[in-house]
Amino acid sequence: MTAIETKNLSYTYQGSTKPSLQDVSIKIEKGEFVILTGPSGCGKTTLCRCFNGLIPHFYNGTLKGTINVAELNVVEHQIHELALHVGFVFQNPENQLFALSVEKDVAFALENLGTPREEMRNRVEWALKTVGAYDFRERAPHELSGGQQQRVAIASVIAMQPDVMVLDEPTSFLDPLGAKKIFEVIADLNKRFGITVILVEHRLDLTAQYASHVVIMDKGTVILDGKPRDIFNMDEARLIGVGIPKVTRLFQILKEDGIDLKDAPVSSEEAAELLRSILTHD
Amino acid sequence: MIEVKDIHFTFPSGVEALKGVSLSIRDGEFVAIMGQNGAGKTTLVKHFNGLLKPTTGEVIVDSISTRKTSVAKLARNVGFVFQNPDHQLFCESVEEEIAFGLRNFGFDQNLTKKRVDWALNLLDLTEYRQSSPFLLSGGERKRVALASVLAWDPKTVVLDEPTIGQDHQQKEKLRQFIIQLNSQGKTVIVVTHDVEFVAESNPRVVLMTDGRIVADGMAEEILTNEALVTRASIVPPQITQIFLRLTDLGLPTNVIDVYQARNVLHKYMEDRRR
Amino acid sequence: MSIFSGFQFRRVSTPIHNLDPRIKFIFVIAIFAVAIMFIELPVLLLLFFLQIPIVLIAKVQRQWIRSMRGAVFLASIIFATNFVFSYIYSGYRFTPSLLESAVALTFRFVVLVESFSLFFLTTSPDHLGLALEQSHVPYEFCFAFTTAVRFVPVLAEEAQTIMDAQKARGLELEKGNFMKRIRNYIPILIPLIVSAIRRSLELAEAMESRAWGAIKKRTNLYELRLRRGDYILLILTVALLGVAVYVRLYIPIPSMTSLLKL
Repeated sequence: MTAIETKNLSYTYQGSTKPSLQDVSIKIEKGEFVILTGPSGCGKTTLCRCFNGLIPHFYNGTLKGTINVAELNVVEHQIHELALHVGFVFQNPENQLFALSVEKDVAFALENLGTPREEMRNRVEWALKTVGAYDFRERAPHELSGGQQQRVAIASVIAMQPDVMVLDEPTSFLDPLGAKKIFEVIADLNKRFGITVILVEHRLDLTAQYASHVVIMDKGTVILDGKPRDIFNMDEARLIGVGIPKVTRLFQILKEDGIDLKDAPVSSEEAAELLRSILTHD
Repeated sequence: MIEVKDIHFTFPSGVEALKGVSLSIRDGEFVAIMGQNGAGKTTLVKHFNGLLKPTTGEVIVDSISTRKTSVAKLARNVGFVFQNPDHQLFCESVEEEIAFGLRNFGFDQNLTKKRVDWALNLLDLTEYRQSSPFLLSGGERKRVALASVLAWDPKTVVLDEPTIGQDHQQKEKLRQFIIQLNSQGKTVIVVTHDVEFVAESNPRVVLMTDGRIVADGMAEEILTNEALVTRASIVPPQITQIFLRLTDLGLPTNVIDVYQARNVLHKYMEDRRR
Repeated sequence: MSIFSGFQFRRVSTPIHNLDPRIKFIFVIAIFAVAIMFIELPVLLLLFFLQIPIVLIAKVQRQWIRSMRGAVFLASIIFATNFVFSYIYSGYRFTPSLLESAVALTFRFVVLVESFSLFFLTTSPDHLGLALEQSHVPYEFCFAFTTAVRFVPVLAEEAQTIMDAQKARGLELEKGNFMKRIRNYIPILIPLIVSAIRRSLELAEAMESRAWGAIKKRTNLYELRLRRGDYILLILTVALLGVAVYVRLYIPIPSMTSLLKL
């Protein structure tokens, strides 16, 4: 089943002269873990906003082409309808938590949907336990660290049990260890519950190993679209300015020297294994 | 020269953020202060321009103790670029924004204009001279904030988490810029948790955890020391991670850079062939 | 600023904290009504001392004392104004009853501060928000209230960071004459306001993404239910009002001056 499909999608923000998205056509299958990346200003965030209906319903402006999410035409459905299928986690943890306790925040979406109290309690408990935030469910968001706050944001999104989860640079404000923990939570949700993940990230070193699909954008269009190993290994990716994983870069320069590791690694484990076989066979 | 003499710092809320920190930074050094969020990095550097005064101990900047000196006086020589440029920008034009610091420090009109022109040019912002800083993109606003601090030519520049939210190219440009500043004789202090950024620059690294300095040395030694890195809850550079997994083959572990790795591997294979 | 710390809630569990905010509020209004009904000092003093045991049970003595200290300034203005004007009005004659009525009016203010402070110190903001919701205040207002409270510490921290950032550019807040000092705050206010606007936009996006406005009849994770303690307080409140009305109508209260045989 297709989770998201866009055909010739173009979009210009209101009051802007240049389009932010030009002729974007991508297809994302259910259960995929997609990394969406590209230099600043390439249109990644704009594209994500199309996935849950913020574009065109919250941001006016001109939308051309089609976009279907969970088989629904985004233009024809309100944001709150789409919210049942697409969850969105934003960059700044502080500005997506409203309530005075973690529990209440996770319940926020369910309250908005008129969910009966018993069911709400169950879903809130499930969501909190799944992301590992159950222990601080009664704390106020301001008392939490950035990493904890993001986990609460993720919990409040999965409480709605969406098919798709979009995360726009969720670890920008976190240190590498905090970021790693968040990526592990996201990967777990993808593997265990089959939630389709679309992750916008620059930190490919930490995330490349989880992805099954990579989309690279530049200046509003999709430049590269395919499997991580293939895409990161392409010269074009590096030349656009994407920070490909260091291990992939090492593989590339070793290849130039005549040392062929066969597969392009995307994680340090893979690279170590490949090097080990080359070095011990020699 | 910045000397930190066994300082302790406790916030009014009662939280003890610095538990006995001593450090010396000579003129012209390039230092990266690293550690987890909450380790006390930003708290420490805020003592360098007097924003915070130590609860006990002393901080001496260019032979002046910070305890009795105003922030304005110290800031003239220690420029601080904050993490979020939006916490500084308030003027109607980029020009005004850059002139703000200069005016505060008593530069006359002529000199102000010269310095503004210079700063605009340095950070590629001349075309935005009359633009409102609020209408610029995130990366451009960061450059404006940086320009407004460099304009008054402080001897020391402190950058607090300059790589947050930046894409790969922006980080690379920033890195080159910082190295350039340092090569011009400025003391550059970067507070960061971005290990790859530091690995590519190989500066002196001061590693902090839980309000204390746990290591002080070259990036190459510190970021590759598995015990230290675990203790400070940071992640080693990706290249280092490879070599940490191959120690049983007799490969060195103090490798942090891709080209360094390539050379090490070549040498290893040559040695094995013999 | 100390008067504000006397109104801040801290998370503690005492019988008073666990009472339903709606009932507590009715009690506060009742105290207010009784205080208005009487200008006799003995009654007002009684009202004042009546609430002290509540303060002790709720274990909020320290913060409560701080709010009372903060009120001293305004109280002394009220006292001074009343005393001076009634002195002038009665023909520049000083009598003990003059003093007494000024003190009584001051105490009326003090009783008010006392009860409101007690209310806010023992009621958590989310409890309060929930009470508002269940009292059928439109959800938009309840949400605005709790969200505002949630962001107070965030904005306070941001204001401090902005001040630090501008001080690091040479801004000296304490320098200059009065006008200059006010202008010195522009580099602090503008980033704060701009940041608040940006924050609101991000919050709105997040709200929409969490199905805001999906259904008119929202449900709630928590529910306030009246318990035994609440009913007891309600009965006491009604009794207090009943007694007060009866006394007001039928029993003359001796003034403090006559009690002390002045």
